[in-house]
Amino acid sequence: MYCATFENGIVQSGLLAGLGSLLSASNPHRLPSGVAKEDEHLLVAAAKSGDAAAFEELVERYERKIFRLTMNITRNKEDAEDAMQDAFMKSYSHLKDFDGDSRFYTWLVRIAANEALMRLRKRRPNQFSIDEPIQGEEDLMPVELEDWGPSPEQRFAQTEMREILSGVIDDLEPDYRTVFALRDVEELSTEETAKALGISVPAVKSRLLRARLKLRQKLNRYFRQGETN
Amino acid sequence: MNCDGVIREISDYIDGELVLAVRHELERHLEHCGECQMVIDQTRRTVEIFCGSELVELPADVKSRLHAAVKRKMAEGRQQA
Repeated sequence: MYCATFENGIVQSGLLAGLGSLLSASNPHRLPSGVAKEDEHLLVAAAKSGDAAAFEELVERYERKIFRLTMNITRNKEDAEDAMQDAFMKSYSHLKDFDGDSRFYTWLVRIAANEALMRLRKRRPNQFSIDEPIQGEEDLMPVELEDWGPSPEQRFAQTEMREILSGVIDDLEPDYRTVFALRDVEELSTEETAKALGISVPAVKSRLLRARLKLRQKLNRYFRQGETN
Repeated sequence: MNCDGVIREISDYIDGELVLAVRHELERHLEHCGECQMVIDQTRRTVEIFCGSELVELPADVKSRLHAAVKRKMAEGRQQA
């Protein structure tokens, strides 16, 4: 299950109308971030050949996603900002080494995740290790099962929903939320997530399963039918 | 397959990564287990809600520091070239 299925209807359909029609009204020279995977390689090629505006366009395009990722991993605004800045700096310094085997965005996410994890480890040296094996399976079974009704998220205002999601992610253990952020929010594949974190594919799957089940459990508090908000 | 088995396979099931035989076994269980159906639906909704959450703009101060740092870095690069 990938977010792309979600975004396709909203974002990708615009591509069919042609790139020209996608120019933002407020800034006719800039494509909205997240729209065009298709021209990413052109921007990267231009940036590699020294076109500063092309690299700035890549920054503009991905800054919100990268900040969301570093925030999701560190849960600390200062660390998230530093990690994001360093990720863009390093991607610029090492642009020549980027071979184009993966998308530039995937490569950037990997750098940003490492920067964020480094800061998380510094802040919590004894509390966090992404590669520790998970013990047992006894905590997997859901303990609260209640009907959510259709589209439970629509019972909340957008800002309220944003706070709920931020709160439940905050409560999640760092190694679970890191995998969830890469795999389910930033849309990396299981293999790409494993590579980014230097852990095995089964370890990614195991953490992802736990993260999803725990998040479901936490959201149950807000979404169960009859719950007043 | 029992409920424990379904829970262990939820991720692969909603990602469409289960091998056919296991998927059929899981779906046979779902035919008579409303609780597992509910867990699967809610887990799928959970992922969709996070996937579909709107990207927020960078705080203005964060954005301006980022762009200033990028410009500095690119200027350094040009001087070294």
